[in-house]
Amino acid sequence: MLSLAAVSAGYGSFRALFEVSLEVPRGEAVGVIGPNGAGKTTLMRVISGLVPLSGGTMTFDGRPVGDLPAHRIVEQGIAHVPENRRLFPRLTVEDNLRIGAFIPQARRRFAERLDRVFALFPRLKERRYQLAGTLSGGEQQMCAIGRALMSGPKLLLMDEPSAGLAPLMVDQVFELVHRIRADGLTVLIVEQNVRHVLDVVDRAYLLEVGSIKLGGTSAELKGNDFIRKSYMGL
Amino acid sequence: MTARYAMLAGVFGMLIVPPLFASSYVMHLVIQILLWGFVYTAWSMMGRFGLVSLGHGAFMGVGAYVPALLWNYYGVTPWLGIPLGMALAVLLGIAIGYPCFRLKVVGHYFALVTLALSQIVLLSVTAARDITGGSLGLTQNAAGFSWFALQFPDKRYFYAIALALWLGGLAAWHAIDRGIGRQVLEAVSEDEEAAAAIGIDVMREKLRVTTISAALTALGGAIFGQYLMYLNPETVSGIAVSLQIVFAAIVGGMYAMLGPTAGALLTISLNEGLRVAFATNFIGAANTIYGILLILCIIFMPRGILGVVERLTLRRVRSKSQRII
Amino acid sequence: MDIYLVEAIVNGVLLGGVLALLALGLNLIFGVIDVVWIAYADVVMCGMYALYWLYVGLGWPLWLACVIAIVGLAGFGALIHLLIIEPILKTAPINQLLATGGLLFFLQSFATLLFGTDFRNIGVRLPIIEIGDVYISYARLLAFAIALIGAIALYVFLRRTFIGTAIRAIAQDRDIIGLMGADQRRIYLITSMIGGALAGLAACLLALQYDVHPFIGNTFGPLIFMICVLGGLGNMIGGFVAAFVISQIIAIGGYYSNTELSYVLAFTLFIVLMFLRPRGILSR
Repeated sequence: MLSLAAVSAGYGSFRALFEVSLEVPRGEAVGVIGPNGAGKTTLMRVISGLVPLSGGTMTFDGRPVGDLPAHRIVEQGIAHVPENRRLFPRLTVEDNLRIGAFIPQARRRFAERLDRVFALFPRLKERRYQLAGTLSGGEQQMCAIGRALMSGPKLLLMDEPSAGLAPLMVDQVFELVHRIRADGLTVLIVEQNVRHVLDVVDRAYLLEVGSIKLGGTSAELKGNDFIRKSYMGL
Repeated sequence: MTARYAMLAGVFGMLIVPPLFASSYVMHLVIQILLWGFVYTAWSMMGRFGLVSLGHGAFMGVGAYVPALLWNYYGVTPWLGIPLGMALAVLLGIAIGYPCFRLKVVGHYFALVTLALSQIVLLSVTAARDITGGSLGLTQNAAGFSWFALQFPDKRYFYAIALALWLGGLAAWHAIDRGIGRQVLEAVSEDEEAAAAIGIDVMREKLRVTTISAALTALGGAIFGQYLMYLNPETVSGIAVSLQIVFAAIVGGMYAMLGPTAGALLTISLNEGLRVAFATNFIGAANTIYGILLILCIIFMPRGILGVVERLTLRRVRSKSQRII
Repeated sequence: MDIYLVEAIVNGVLLGGVLALLALGLNLIFGVIDVVWIAYADVVMCGMYALYWLYVGLGWPLWLACVIAIVGLAGFGALIHLLIIEPILKTAPINQLLATGGLLFFLQSFATLLFGTDFRNIGVRLPIIEIGDVYISYARLLAFAIALIGAIALYVFLRRTFIGTAIRAIAQDRDIIGLMGADQRRIYLITSMIGGALAGLAACLLALQYDVHPFIGNTFGPLIFMICVLGGLGNMIGGFVAAFVISQIIAIGGYYSNTELSYVLAFTLFIVLMFLRPRGILSR
């Protein structure tokens, strides 16, 4: 569904990604793991259009999307849940969800999508008129995911969804990923929490210092010695 | 470094010449350039550290009106009146500055507060029209040639005073540059919280630079008053004056020592040039150009003309040193 | 009660309507999307001159001149954003103040060049209504009504529509608005156009009551910034109320002492309020 071929990108003179190639097949969940500063977030931002490509190509559903700006990418069906949630702090939960449905095709279905998100996250429904900045970490993550879902995406990008959350919340978040997948959504997750993410994805890539070092099914990676030693502490 | 000294020497030389040879008209221009250069330099002491004030008209107004009123009503010599005016300006500066710095009113919010301050001074002067003459202005009681009254019909005396002030302003700038205050304030304008975390007394440095800036601006206003022998609230305190100061400092370049003076040179020459070329036909032509220049400057040359010059000279120095290596 | 005091209060209320109308557009630009147009009042001045030129100069019907002024100023707002604000949007906000300060210079002096410094009036005399012994200007009543409608309409727009929500969001996190499918530039442009249109609307109503001259912006410019801050930046209803508080201070102050001192009081109040800032500004 999504395919990156030799994608390079950076910030000014600083290069963060070096000829990254990866595939996200339709209906699957794919993970990207790697240490801090590896370029995982940059990868997400390149896909969602916040950071421009300096090399390589990117196609989604067969269509080239490498030079589209962020707001166009959303229209194509890719939604990005940013690192650190990035909710609009002084807007209510409902307003945050509302703005998630900004694109025309989502506006038409706003009411039904809102109901679906509230069904998925009953806690959000309770707090719908609360300012997003006052929510707890876990609630914010739910809101951020809900906001991304409001645009009716075909591919959901999640950047470190477990960051800063208590272990109980982390379990809930990955529970959620299961449920979203069950609904037929394709997911690309970037995560530091290797154990959890390998349990929920079909395949994964290891990104280190801006390059893909390894790729394979999650079973393969779980059995890989290097991964086990360096990233799972085994 | 040599380039800067050469520039300074050149400007200095240009300024020694006039009293010996120049006409009254040219002297008038040079005095204006020196005095405004002094005021713009004083303003830039705050502006270069991110404390952009739109209220320096307030300091000029206070600095000008206090000695003038004391002289007119009580015969108090400006030698006393001017320091009093300066002190009052400093008080105002601290009264506004302290809460602002304390409560983190910064950036454009700070600018708006200072704007309100200059409006308050302007309106107060206008309101007290029985004393100050309001918008009709105030003329100091003439005393002919008098050291006591600080009045000199001969322009050369004011030339010397203006020159002394201008040089004094540059010296103050240099002192701030050398002092620990400069490093503090630059650190602060980068990241205020980090600076405070290291234990730097941010508040004290900000207040110090505000005090100096306010005092010198008031002094400039006072000498202007003595020179022109006429004060008007609009011309010293209006929003136009405040914006003019900002404009000249920014276009000239407020990060370089001679930047504000370059701004003064620019604005005065422009004014005179337009006046001579178009007489009264194009009132307002100068400001039209200022406006466009300011916009272009902010977008393309935020460090002003002198900033561009500095960058070019730096580039030349750098490439020279690379060749040596 | 002294009839003149009553009249002062009533006219204060109506002046409040005018100020509220003026503050609407600024509250949207400065209060909601956090862009500083220090020349906002001078944009209004341009609208007044445009009206003067179209109605008195070219002899077009008043309603047409008003419509053109409003539409024209909407376009002007978009231009201000594209040419002046957008290039410096990523730099410190003080630069917006300074760059639009340059615009202020430019507009005031350009107007002087075109029209000279005389006061011009469009010569439309709306009736004065007499209630009891109090005289009320119909023009001010109209301004009041339109300001109220405008404030409510803007409030509903910002709260209930998708684009309004996006406008409210963009000042809180400009960088990820694209992830919502909203084009950053478009949002700023739309807001700038609405702000400009509101300035045009204010210009039309102001022209009915006041003479226009190039420096008229200086008289109410600082005042409407104050009103926005007093009412809480971005708070449309708050701004509406604040306009009345300020106008009452000015009207009653003007009755008891002279006008300048009442302005001094208003400005002092502004400074104090900036120190006491309500939460909305603090979080920026």
